[in-house]
Amino acid sequence: MKNSYHLVVHFLLIVGAVFMLFPFLWMITTSFKSEDEILKTGKEIVLLPDAWRPGFLNSAEDDERIRQTEIQRKAWEEQAALPPASRTKRLSKPFSTFDNFREVWDKQDFYRYFLNTLYVSITITITSLFLASLAAYAFSFFKFPFKDAIFMLLLGTMMLPQQALLIPDYILLSKLNWVNTYAALIVPWVASIFSVFFLRQFFLQLPKDLFEAATIDGCSRFQFYYKILLPLSKPPMVTLGIFTFLGSWNSFVWPLIVTNDKELRVIQVGLSYFNSESGTQWGPLMAASTLTILPLVILYFFAQKQFVESQATTGMKE
Amino acid sequence: MNDKKVDWGAYGYLFPVVGIILCFHVLPIFYSLAISFYEWDLMSDPQWVGLDNFRRLADDPMFYKSLWNTFYYAMVSVPLSIFAALGVAMLLNNPISGIGIYRTIYFLPVITSINAVAIVWNFIYHPDYGLLNKLLALADIGPRLWLQDPFWAMPCIILMSVWKGLGYNVVIFLAGLQNIPKYLYEAATIDGASRSQQFRSITWPLLSPTTFFVFVMSAIGSFQVFSQIYMMTPRGGPMKSTMVIVFYLYQKAFVKFEFGYALAIAFVLFLMIFGVTLFNKLYLEKKVHYS
Repeated sequence: MKNSYHLVVHFLLIVGAVFMLFPFLWMITTSFKSEDEILKTGKEIVLLPDAWRPGFLNSAEDDERIRQTEIQRKAWEEQAALPPASRTKRLSKPFSTFDNFREVWDKQDFYRYFLNTLYVSITITITSLFLASLAAYAFSFFKFPFKDAIFMLLLGTMMLPQQALLIPDYILLSKLNWVNTYAALIVPWVASIFSVFFLRQFFLQLPKDLFEAATIDGCSRFQFYYKILLPLSKPPMVTLGIFTFLGSWNSFVWPLIVTNDKELRVIQVGLSYFNSESGTQWGPLMAASTLTILPLVILYFFAQKQFVESQATTGMKE
Repeated sequence: MNDKKVDWGAYGYLFPVVGIILCFHVLPIFYSLAISFYEWDLMSDPQWVGLDNFRRLADDPMFYKSLWNTFYYAMVSVPLSIFAALGVAMLLNNPISGIGIYRTIYFLPVITSINAVAIVWNFIYHPDYGLLNKLLALADIGPRLWLQDPFWAMPCIILMSVWKGLGYNVVIFLAGLQNIPKYLYEAATIDGASRSQQFRSITWPLLSPTTFFVFVMSAIGSFQVFSQIYMMTPRGGPMKSTMVIVFYLYQKAFVKFEFGYALAIAFVLFLMIFGVTLFNKLYLEKKVHYS
């Protein structure tokens, strides 16, 4: 009775899991397919790209098709080896496994977008952790006038919808002449109230004696911060770091608005431009999408617990 | 901490965060309230127009359309996501093996960027080469235009959005379920209560704070939907069927450069979100069962 019930539970969960995973598998497999494989109308569903298929799955037709591609490739290579003047035929290059990735990485400048995003995300993550921990330190260990008032003001601003602030923030940036600068991508995001709040909760749980004992021993305010407090707060810092990095890597609307220079483009914006310009180049589009989510997915598999925590404890969604 | 001495240095520690928040989150609010009374394209001088932007808004059929589309999106996607997530969470709340693997899989879409997954769904919904039409063809159901069809465009985006956000709600519900004391179920089983009776009289009432939290967060999130609309229907959909309020705001501000008018729209968006928060405080919180 118990066992058959669990079987039903597993069955339902697996059906759901297939639904959750399938778009990702479809994205990855499509990114290895040639245009011929992708642009097939009619009922036929091509699951695996030709490049991946183990030989025993192939029908005689598949074998023939793959043989033809090889002949084409040989002919193309022979032509390409000749000096341009003596090439007799104009042959198109047959598809090879990583062509879609090469197309977006080199020709569509995704390497540039990738580096921009990495730079912006890492700068935001480190700076915001540093500034938030400073503020949280002051809120949890110091006595000063208006402490509660300032804290409530900060918490209050968390309630404001991000989208409603887009326009005034944009106007402010354009007055500062910051449109199309890295500063516009970074500076507004290095102050995270959520991080302050989260770290303050953690600091308040630490024993008060720690601070007093260190002060009596002649530890200055800042020494206590970086010699004692920072080493103790590794776990919340990791969770916050992942949360912040994830948010910056995936942020889209803000960079879309404050940059239009291609040199400054971050990956989400690059992806959206490529999406609207590329028409039906589904192979390169899927390769670009795969590249966009790859760093996060790799990180996710190493630090699943922190990822889930960082999202679930925040109560924030995009 | 016992001494009464004031740590003036504290302001130095607070300054960077508070300064940036004031600049980018607090002052802009007052500024934007002011600008909504002007007509301004950022280039020329702002023109005082008084309440004209709001009057125009009241007569703008596209604004009402975007309001309606936003409510449509919210009213379908929020309950759908809540019930699907609750179902998955209840399945995961059984003493079975592999919970960690299931959780990893269901949570995966949450961490991936909405733009990347929107593109895959675009491909799945493609009328000629898309997987969806091919699968339906297997069941002899004729092809549809999906994202290019005024009726289907919004449901398609809703399905994708529910898929994307499901894992988040699952994790929240799972935490809520695990907070319900086990002895309640044991006592109910001894008293002969069936599974559905247990759900109705234990799970659902004791889970209500969680359900409520998920409801409020999802509603606020769904009022602000933008990225998937922008990626999947770049012009606001066939017959503007996916033109939601933030998309309209974006177009007015950053495509047409009517900043005053766009801020009037932002003001309405702000009121909507404020309304949900107020509804939460005044009405729902009293009805929710906190154990």
